[in-house]
Amino acid sequence: MLKITDLHASINGTEILKGLSLEIKAGEIHAIMGPNGAGKSTLASVLAGKEDYEVTSGTITFEDQDLLEMSIEERAREGVFLAFQYPVEIPGVSNVNFLKTAINEIREHKGIPALSAKDFLRLVKEKSALVDLDASLASRAVNEGFSGGEKKRNEIFQMAMLEPKLAVLDETDSGLDIDALRIVARGVNTLKSANNATLVITHYQRLLDHIIPDFVHVLYDGKIVKTGGKELALALEEKGYDWIKSAE
Amino acid sequence: MAGYTENELAKDLADKEYQYGFISEIDSDVVPAGLNEQVIHLISAKKNEPAWLLDYRLKAFEVWKTMTEPEWAHVAYQKPDFQAISYYAAPKQTKKFESWDEVDPEMKETMAKLGISLEEQQRLTGVAVDFVMDSVSVGTSFKAKLAELGIIFCSFSEAVQEHPALVKQYLGTVVPTTDNFYAALNSAVFSDGSFCYIPKGVRCPMELSTYFRINAGGTGQFERTLVIADESSYVSYLEGCTAPQRDENQLHAAVVELIALNKAEIKYSTVQNWYPGDKEGKGGIFNFVTKRGLCEAHAKISWTQVETGSAVTWKYPSCILKGDYSVGEFFSVAVTNNYQQADTGTKMIHLGKHTKSTIISKGISAGHSQNSYRGLVQIHKQADHARNFSQCDSLLMGSICGAHTFPYIECKNASAQIEHEATTSKIGEDQLFYCQQRGISEEKAISLIVNGYCKEVLNQLPMEFAVEAQKLLSISLEGSVG
Ligand SMILES: Nc1ncnc2c1ncn2[C@@H]1O[C@H](COP(=O)(O)OP(=O)(O)OP(=O)(O)O)[C@@H](O)[C@H]1O
Ligand SMILES: [Mg+2]
Repeated sequence: MLKITDLHASINGTEILKGLSLEIKAGEIHAIMGPNGAGKSTLASVLAGKEDYEVTSGTITFEDQDLLEMSIEERAREGVFLAFQYPVEIPGVSNVNFLKTAINEIREHKGIPALSAKDFLRLVKEKSALVDLDASLASRAVNEGFSGGEKKRNEIFQMAMLEPKLAVLDETDSGLDIDALRIVARGVNTLKSANNATLVITHYQRLLDHIIPDFVHVLYDGKIVKTGGKELALALEEKGYDWIKSAE
Repeated sequence: MAGYTENELAKDLADKEYQYGFISEIDSDVVPAGLNEQVIHLISAKKNEPAWLLDYRLKAFEVWKTMTEPEWAHVAYQKPDFQAISYYAAPKQTKKFESWDEVDPEMKETMAKLGISLEEQQRLTGVAVDFVMDSVSVGTSFKAKLAELGIIFCSFSEAVQEHPALVKQYLGTVVPTTDNFYAALNSAVFSDGSFCYIPKGVRCPMELSTYFRINAGGTGQFERTLVIADESSYVSYLEGCTAPQRDENQLHAAVVELIALNKAEIKYSTVQNWYPGDKEGKGGIFNFVTKRGLCEAHAKISWTQVETGSAVTWKYPSCILKGDYSVGEFFSVAVTNNYQQADTGTKMIHLGKHTKSTIISKGISAGHSQNSYRGLVQIHKQADHARNFSQCDSLLMGSICGAHTFPYIECKNASAQIEHEATTSKIGEDQLFYCQQRGISEEKAISLIVNGYCKEVLNQLPMEFAVEAQKLLSISLEGSVG
């Protein structure tokens, strides 16, 4: 589904990603861990197409298409979803209006007719139940005045509404209480299918108790320096990153 | 849960050029260009006016000749040549219609292009439309129903013929001929407009609506609107306009007077969408309007405006809070793009005790445009316990446009409570990225964000008007980022 080869990306002339390669197949869950500043959010932003980042070399193919050639919204419409580390507030625009617009833009792109108001509301009901999102939050302005945890849960709600092929969750677990963590994990697990894939960026092994990854990667200084199974996360939790650094 | 950007909006967005830029080919009866006493005599005679009104016009003309155009507005433009303008244009067919079947098909087509087919309007929305094409009102609907309640809603000319006493009693009482350059000009040459009277204790059961449209080339338009809400009555009045695409600047100088007697309430909403000029700033309407309302005791006047059009806008809907416990409100969205200039705001004049005013102004600037808010809150000596709250927000799109805020406060009474808040923000790259990451195009994202930003004001508009206003905001901001 996604194949990143020798990716170099920089911001304001500073190289952040320094030859990163990663392959994700449909049906898989991958986790990326790594110290602060390693480039995890940078990778997420480059996948989403944020213009501040310059890709200097390397390739990214997504579903046999050159992702780097696509605009931000094209990538989204083709099924790339990013759950933001810091979700953005949009005052005065209700969550439902925002999502209705997004869904219908995606449907238009795919050549399917717009969702009727009735079907849309049914979908909102179903998906907000999945992540235990209060109905009042769905009708409030996008992330405005939401608590940190509510914002994160709202990201998963949006993901559930949009049903992407590839979801990148950037530290969706940070700031969540134990119950919310379970709810988010339940959301991700319920949405998991043989046709989609998830890339989870996290600092904590505890999320991976709930979302069981097929692969765990360590991103360090702009590169993936180690890949393993679930047990790698446990080892990291125990030993920290110095162990990786010295092993390098 | 009103959808801001539905599919129909997507279609509008695809249609880049000013969509109402067409000229209809109805024969106009145009007075030769130029302004002098003879022209005023001619206008007055054509309209079969009583002597007192001719007199009123001539006095205004005398005053106007001694005045000079205001310079203080934060705008720069090629001043109109007042002798090159024709001061009267009426569609030739001025006979009254018994039914809409009799109306000139081309005129109907014009209305259809504007999306305001009268039949539809009447049937679907229950709005009585008084359609002003150029200067003469061509038909007033729902008259019978309104008449049952004693409500008068007609063209200004008709009011002069049918209700001269009311017109004479109130005309110029809120905006005197001496008020300013453009008000004086309007008082001398006004062609037509709307008149509305709501009797004591009557709540007008529908939104009263007038669509203005400048049509004949080179014809300045000078409407006159007079709305009188008698004691304890209520009316909501809508004014909306569009204009055909033109190469030369066209002058528009309207005067609107509102009178809210004791305990009466007037809601006056405007969506203004006149041709703003092309991307280089060529052409477009000059919009110099004087709008003012007078509140007697416990009365309330709310002005709501969405300004997206015109090359140059100069407009300050104001309230004179004369009676004790009267309330004035001003809700405004002003959008400028390309080379548009807007200098708009309000004046709240507190004369009575316990008077209260609220000002919410949202300015949005894009392109090379300049957008100024200019507001005056004046608390007079005798106005004990007056209160004002003002909030002026500016949103900038791009880095070559300008937003300016000029709040003036004159307070002569220590018991007054005045609050003022102002913010300036840039449309967030992060917000745009967030929307785009969800599959929303940049244009649509801007429209969503802007509509959200203006929500407080848009919420004041009646439903159908709000939808129209949202579309206009999107259309006028097309291509403004990126
Ligand atoms: N605009 C910028 N200019 C210069 N450097 C930047 C800019 N934005 C990010 N960086 C740097 O890029 C590096 C990688 O940042 P990134 O956000 O990808 O880290 P991360 O792995 O997500 O860290 P964390 O775990 O703290 O979220 C950091 O050193 C950061 O300071
Ligand atoms: Mg990060």
